[in-house]
Amino acid sequence: MLVWSRSGRIGAWLLFSLLFGVIYVLPVAVIAIASFAGQWNGVLPSHLTFAHYARAVHSSLSAELRVSLITGVMASAVALVVGTWAALALRKIYGASRLVLDIVFFIPSAVPSVSVGLGLLVAFSRPPILLNGTIAMVVVAHFVLTSAFTYGNVSAGLARLGPEFEQMAESLGARPGYRLRHVTLPLITPYLIAAFSLSFALSMGELGATMMVYPPGWRTLPVGIFALADRGDIFESATLTVLLACATLAVLVGLSYIPTRAASRR
Amino acid sequence: MAPGAVIDDVRSAVRAGSSWSSPKLGSGIGFEDVTVSYGKLVVLASLSLTIEPGEIMALIGPSGSAKTTALRAVAGFVRPASGRIRIGERDVTDLPPHARDIGMVVQNYALFPHMRVEDNVAFGLRARREAKEAVKQRVAECLRMVGMSAYTQRYPRELSGGQQQRVAIARALAVRPRVLLLDEPLSALDAQIRHSMLQELARLHEAMPSLTVLYVTHDQTEALTLADRIAIMRDGRLVASGPSQALYREPPTRFAAEFLGRANLLPVTLEAADAGDGLARVRLGEISLLVKARPGLSVGRDCLLCIRPHGIAMRPGGRPSNELTGVVRAMQWQGDLHSVTLETQGVLIRMICAPLRDPPSLGVRFPIHFAAEDATLIPEDA
Repeated sequence: MLVWSRSGRIGAWLLFSLLFGVIYVLPVAVIAIASFAGQWNGVLPSHLTFAHYARAVHSSLSAELRVSLITGVMASAVALVVGTWAALALRKIYGASRLVLDIVFFIPSAVPSVSVGLGLLVAFSRPPILLNGTIAMVVVAHFVLTSAFTYGNVSAGLARLGPEFEQMAESLGARPGYRLRHVTLPLITPYLIAAFSLSFALSMGELGATMMVYPPGWRTLPVGIFALADRGDIFESATLTVLLACATLAVLVGLSYIPTRAASRR
Repeated sequence: MAPGAVIDDVRSAVRAGSSWSSPKLGSGIGFEDVTVSYGKLVVLASLSLTIEPGEIMALIGPSGSAKTTALRAVAGFVRPASGRIRIGERDVTDLPPHARDIGMVVQNYALFPHMRVEDNVAFGLRARREAKEAVKQRVAECLRMVGMSAYTQRYPRELSGGQQQRVAIARALAVRPRVLLLDEPLSALDAQIRHSMLQELARLHEAMPSLTVLYVTHDQTEALTLADRIAIMRDGRLVASGPSQALYREPPTRFAAEFLGRANLLPVTLEAADAGDGLARVRLGEISLLVKARPGLSVGRDCLLCIRPHGIAMRPGGRPSNELTGVVRAMQWQGDLHSVTLETQGVLIRMICAPLRDPPSLGVRFPIHFAAEDATLIPEDA
């Protein structure tokens, strides 16, 4: 929308700031402030302190953060491989078959995560595939929930790529494997990184399915946050939330700095 | 690097017995009743065409005429519904593109954006697992040939359109292809660069006479400049083919005459099929004209008289010559030439001549001439 008058522009910015502030900034700010609060009885907190952070560092936080990171990386890596494979395999399929297969891949993103957790519990709690109570079950749950986004991201990258580069590689004598390694994948690297980043971010914040399937000794940080909030430790819970967000952001920022020649040279 | 120097490099490479004179070069291309269809839609119908080894064949036609489809069928990117495609003695119809031994250059260059110039040119050689030292030598040789030796470390986006096209040509030739497929390779270039690239392609082929080239274009000038033979496509069918000059001078059909060179086509009736010296006599309105005879036409038959705009002059030229009187209806100065449209015997006729110092005004009558040997007949129903 283009606003040409000065007053109109000011009005539009005020409206945007208000909505952005209420919807995005306020909840994050409340959590951030709560993580430093000693007490919060009025409009603003009092007795600001770093004690929650000190306790968090000395508690089981590091273990839960490690579990979250490992789970996130593993699930995202598997989702990236499978999602990329699926996107590559399905891009030459058109019409009703493609629609059906797209729906199959996107179903997990439309199902509540708790239901996905329940489904996995029912499916893998008896032979022949017995995963209940294993770390693999958590990774599978995260993979199921994130793979649709990986598939979607990589498909979008392949759609933008166009056929000419791959065809040119073929005409020059490149076999399919060589073409994939040296042309297709390097050219969609930005989309692969975006897909991994999104999967990782989703996995780091995943709670519903994890609550249903996590085994003893493999508690993720969101589960820890939920447990603290559930027993009324709001400030501790807010502290862990801030730390979770910082850890996730650190990884995402790191991923965004991976140099991709395809991105910088196109 | 000047084009002359470039071609000298290529010639010396050939004389020295380098890999330019690879035995792989010099395979012809054969379309044997090739049909391509998408579902029920037939886009290329029963194409039969042979391109001899070392020949440049231009495939021309308007948009949607399936010329690119034909080229892509040779490359292996579209699969014929029926018919066979041959490269040299080999039937390649069922071979994947990577096994066909072709070189290809397309309109938008399709250089790999994440690779430097030298890696682009080396791509095909590395894909074929050639020795590292051989790849290095060959890349240097190819880049020298197209005058791009100074740009090996650049990325494609750091090159101009013409430079990218040179790299694309070097990349296609680096693998010593059996045939070179060019799909509107100059369309994305501006007029001046297109002209110089056209000359360079011609010189390149002169230095590698055994290289077979299939050149798809909608630009008749490119086709006429470069091709030994031209095939004209229309609506998925081959409508005419033959040596470039013959096709230009004696187009077999109305479409060929109009598409290749925008000929004047005047409705005439054949009065005498043999008027001596290989000429025929035709009637245009009230005037009798001498034209080149065409076998197989009977007296009294309605025909189209094909005269190129350049074949018409204000003064009599070849012998015997015809004279018409026309009224100037339009006049366009186009820099290095004048285009004059005249009305004569109820039809419009266009002539192109050198810039006139004192161009005639609209409505003025003046005589025009054309040599009988520059006027050919096309059957009305062809």
